[in-house]
Amino acid sequence: MMATDAKRKAAEALLHVLPLPGREAGWAREARAAARTRLLDAGAPARRDEYWKYTDPARLTAPIAVVEATDARPDVESQFGEVHPRRARFVNGHFRPDLSGDLAQEGLVVNTLSQVLQQDIIFARDLFGKLEAAGQEKIARPLAALNTACATEGLVLHVTGKVAEPLHLRHDQIGEGASLMHHLIRVESGGSLLLLESGTVTNKVLEIDVADGGSFQHVLIQEGPRACAANHIFARLGAEALFKTFTLTADGEMTRNEVVMEFTGDNSVGHIAGAVLANGASHIDNTVFVTHGAEHCESRQVFKHVLTDKAHGIFQGKIFVRKGTQKTDGYQISQAVLLADGAEFSAKPELEIYADDVKCSHGSTTGKLDETAMFYLRSRGVPYAEAEAMLVAAFAEEAFTEIDNEALAEAMRAHVARWMAGRGEGVQ
Amino acid sequence: MLNISNLHVKLEEEDKVILKGLDLNIGAGQVHAIMGPNGSGKSTLSYVLAGRAGYEVTEGSATLDGNNLLAMDPEDRAAAGLFLAFQYPVEIPGVGNMTFLRTAMNAQRKTRGEPEISAPAFLKLVREKAKSLRIDPDMLKRPVNVGFSGGEKKRNEILQMAMLEPRMCILDETDSGLDVDAMKLVAEGVNALRSEGRSFLVITHYQRLLDHIKPDVVHIMADGRIVETGGPELAFRVEAEGYAHLQQSVA
Repeated sequence: MMATDAKRKAAEALLHVLPLPGREAGWAREARAAARTRLLDAGAPARRDEYWKYTDPARLTAPIAVVEATDARPDVESQFGEVHPRRARFVNGHFRPDLSGDLAQEGLVVNTLSQVLQQDIIFARDLFGKLEAAGQEKIARPLAALNTACATEGLVLHVTGKVAEPLHLRHDQIGEGASLMHHLIRVESGGSLLLLESGTVTNKVLEIDVADGGSFQHVLIQEGPRACAANHIFARLGAEALFKTFTLTADGEMTRNEVVMEFTGDNSVGHIAGAVLANGASHIDNTVFVTHGAEHCESRQVFKHVLTDKAHGIFQGKIFVRKGTQKTDGYQISQAVLLADGAEFSAKPELEIYADDVKCSHGSTTGKLDETAMFYLRSRGVPYAEAEAMLVAAFAEEAFTEIDNEALAEAMRAHVARWMAGRGEGVQ
Repeated sequence: MLNISNLHVKLEEEDKVILKGLDLNIGAGQVHAIMGPNGSGKSTLSYVLAGRAGYEVTEGSATLDGNNLLAMDPEDRAAAGLFLAFQYPVEIPGVGNMTFLRTAMNAQRKTRGEPEISAPAFLKLVREKAKSLRIDPDMLKRPVNVGFSGGEKKRNEILQMAMLEPRMCILDETDSGLDVDAMKLVAEGVNALRSEGRSFLVITHYQRLLDHIKPDVVHIMADGRIVETGGPELAFRVEAEGYAHLQQSVA
């Protein structure tokens, strides 16, 4: 599909503002060139694109320069409650080994993206830009192609065994400016990793390849009122693999989270979940595309939205079942509770099925909190705000049960409680 | 304790008048019963007193210990000592019964400027009260009223009442849907709470419940008003003769 002139010009402008990567291996240069072609062919996203119907990409495509890393506090509080991971820190999109802990563990090899792109590492060569490109088979994702073309910062994680301690990638954005990040993760057969992420990155891509029997679990927190973020997760699952990702997005001016997951081996499980807490004029879009390309795989999409003021929550979720992928089990639920009349939720569930022996279901609901339940709680002396918080916690719970690690789930619940308590007082 | 004078209430949405000049005075330590046919406004009275939305008071007053109930939020009425045992207790999926009870207790205490109850003290108390109401400890762990039988829901209401120790208890058809044994259990729970400083308003269709919770005063309500007031013997008359003749005497 060729883009219109205007869209192509806008894509060129996006490339123009970002610096060209320096000396890299031949395969990396080829991957960059292919990504540039993908971007130019697709053109920059525009509001009239069907895939951007509910989210105006203007704020995400505004050319913003990457700002150099400034000093950041060396000690930072945990955002994951009782979970104490190894921490890798990024400031304004730059990896800061001086602020990071010791990342090497048994079963985990950590490199930076820039190191890897100068070498010939087979798994990286087969991954960088490859899952991103595969994820554009059905729908163009130009912001992800832009990332592959230009991003030089990120980590490359090679998971060769069961990694004992979780790894936390923490990003701090200080002052204005954009940040660009691209992480590559390869989980070998029998390997497992719990990856935590926090902070808002202007444009971020994760490419995750989970080999047969591998396991990858992921929890991301993004918050902050001024944030603009375009996130892409591209995941490929082999046979008998496990993939679970959960994203908590709180406030933020404009966020688009895309998760593109494909089953390529039989008997795998992939769960994509999220919670959205949005106030003010916040705009938060979760867009998911799951492809069943193998038999006996189970996919779940569970998204809960708590929206107030004039916030707008969006969920676009698709389950695409390829021909012959029998015994597919696909589930999708997106729900929103509106705490104010001005809040809005848009949902676009899609199923496209080319196999006959499958089980796929989807559902979506939007509404206020149950007035009868509110009255019942208040009639027992629970104040209005607390009653709301209790019902909101109950509403969001299904998304948190998607997190296997109970301490992490508890940290997410605490996050919601804090957000509810601070709501309306400008507290984040 | 509870003083209601010339209370007129209509439904906000339909412009339908339900209470048409109701007077009721309940002294401290007294148990009053209100009986009356369907549609006479009994449940509306209980909801209006507890502060449910959807009703508009067009005239009259309702005070608890001299405080204007009608100007207070439902949670403040609860903190002031009012409790409504619901005819249909609400199921709240995802909210644990214990969490709910403890939050409610501590919220009321906070409003009254009292210290919070500690977790161990709360646990001890709730287990003790649950036992006397023969509430399975498992029920305490489940979400509020979810999957409870009719009888369990009503016992859960009484458990909340026992924990919150309100001064003015309103029981809205607490006997509906209960078998004889469950009704006895609920009545025992209520009787255990009777004291000089605590009053009850028992709303019921049938005299049965009043065999177990002996009222001091019985009122008959029809068409939004109290039409007859008497002693416990009035309940027996209703049981024997029905409401038909009362409504005729009103008309």
